Amino acid sequence: MLELIWFGPTGWGDEIAAGMLVTVALALATLPLGLAAGFTVALGKQSDEPSLRAAANVYTTIFRGLPELLTLFLVYYGAQIGVQQAMQLAGVRSGIEINSFVAGMVALGAVFSSYASEVFLSAFRAIPHGQYEGGYALGLSRWQTLRLVVLPQLVRIALPGLSNLWLILLKDTALVSVIGLSDIIRQTSIAARVTKQAFLFFGIACLIYLALAILSSFAFAAIERWAGRTEPSR
Amino acid sequence: MSLATTTLAARELPPPAIRRWNRQRVLGHALLALWGLLGLALIVYLVRAWNADLFARYAPAYLSGLLVTLELVGISVALGTILSLPIAFARMSANRALAWPAYAYVYFFRGTPLLAQAFLVYYGLGQFRPQLEAVGLWVFFREAWWCAILAFTLNTAAYQAEIVRGAVESVPKGQWEGAASLGLPRWLTFRRIIAPQAMIVALRPYGNEIILMIKGSAIVAIITVYDLMGETRRAFSRTFDFQTYIWAAVIYLVLVEVLRIATDRIERSITRHLRR
Repeated sequence: MLELIWFGPTGWGDEIAAGMLVTVALALATLPLGLAAGFTVALGKQSDEPSLRAAANVYTTIFRGLPELLTLFLVYYGAQIGVQQAMQLAGVRSGIEINSFVAGMVALGAVFSSYASEVFLSAFRAIPHGQYEGGYALGLSRWQTLRLVVLPQLVRIALPGLSNLWLILLKDTALVSVIGLSDIIRQTSIAARVTKQAFLFFGIACLIYLALAILSSFAFAAIERWAGRTEPSR
Repeated sequence: MSLATTTLAARELPPPAIRRWNRQRVLGHALLALWGLLGLALIVYLVRAWNADLFARYAPAYLSGLLVTLELVGISVALGTILSLPIAFARMSANRALAWPAYAYVYFFRGTPLLAQAFLVYYGLGQFRPQLEAVGLWVFFREAWWCAILAFTLNTAAYQAEIVRGAVESVPKGQWEGAASLGLPRWLTFRRIIAPQAMIVALRPYGNEIILMIKGSAIVAIITVYDLMGETRRAFSRTFDFQTYIWAAVIYLVLVEVLRIATDRIERSITRHLRR
């Protein structure tokens, strides 16, 4: 049994470890994309301009309403068909494949950002208006007030919500195995099929996800301590 | 105190503030126009790609897929609700022998992907076929449908247990103490005093959980259950027509929006007494 899951030519340990790297890499690559997009959408949602708010709300309604798996297929196949048609229009006949890692990043990033925008929005609402007015009274520009006064407080308030979203993102990466990316699920599926030990390998997959979740919660506890260091203790 | 002897003359309303075309407003309108164009392009695409043959062939499939999705979510959410109550109470219990297993259960099912859980049940338990046959449970685990129900029930029970726990713990302790001082037994206190207050808190998370389950249920297509997603994949693999996915997206969006609006309505009606 141990031989099966250990590293080396007879075991599946190295394959699964490679899958784990793909999962972690995908989640880590999606995170900045999703955070940036989510923050931008949140800015739109808390704007005074109704049309900007409406445009931002359409975005969240779509990507929070679609199943993640369907979003992934829409991005993957949609991009593939779009590229093919563009190529045909340009008169080039070549079978360009859409990179499934990038497709996964875009789809998961869209889902992550629409949830993150809600987290950022409620954090924005938790910051009193006086903070902005104080910034303006000191002669800071809008952008400076946002960056120097609001953002440091915003991060602290948004962190618990964002750590939840990170855990959801980590779990959602399992879906990319369907479009052929060799993540944990795909590697363990192959191992399960070859060795006929499905329970063992899918159990291992679950345990790896659990370990990643536990590791992330330690990391987030550390980040929260760091972000809260300037907060007066009560 | 003085009496008013004259009334003030009516004044004109101030003129409405002029809304300038600043950068934000231009950007907002541009983005809205972009969404509008995308929506229009989608409609034009669907109209141009309209294929009566395709519709006649796959519309019944989509309908049956939608019913399978609703049935799957309905059954597993209902079973999950029943299962979640003992888990939630065990988790809140002061007895460690009860609280720890419940905590481990919740942590496991919330910490691992639903897809991995479905695989573990469907493919993983399939490995124990001789043993399952011996106890007569193989007829159950042979079907992807029942495996999906089992995995989804276990999964949603963990999430719902946390909802119940959060809601019950949100009710102030004084409510328990007040009932105890009136001599009400604990069970009656829970049923008549705590539960009604907790339900108001729990409604929105419950609505979200059902929406998450509808979205999450799409993964059963991977373990060969023909729900809405499964029918969509089948239709796409036969026709290579991208509109199959667009139709699924529209159906899912409508489904989720209807649920969201319904939750809002219910919440508004049960919190009437809290509004000022």
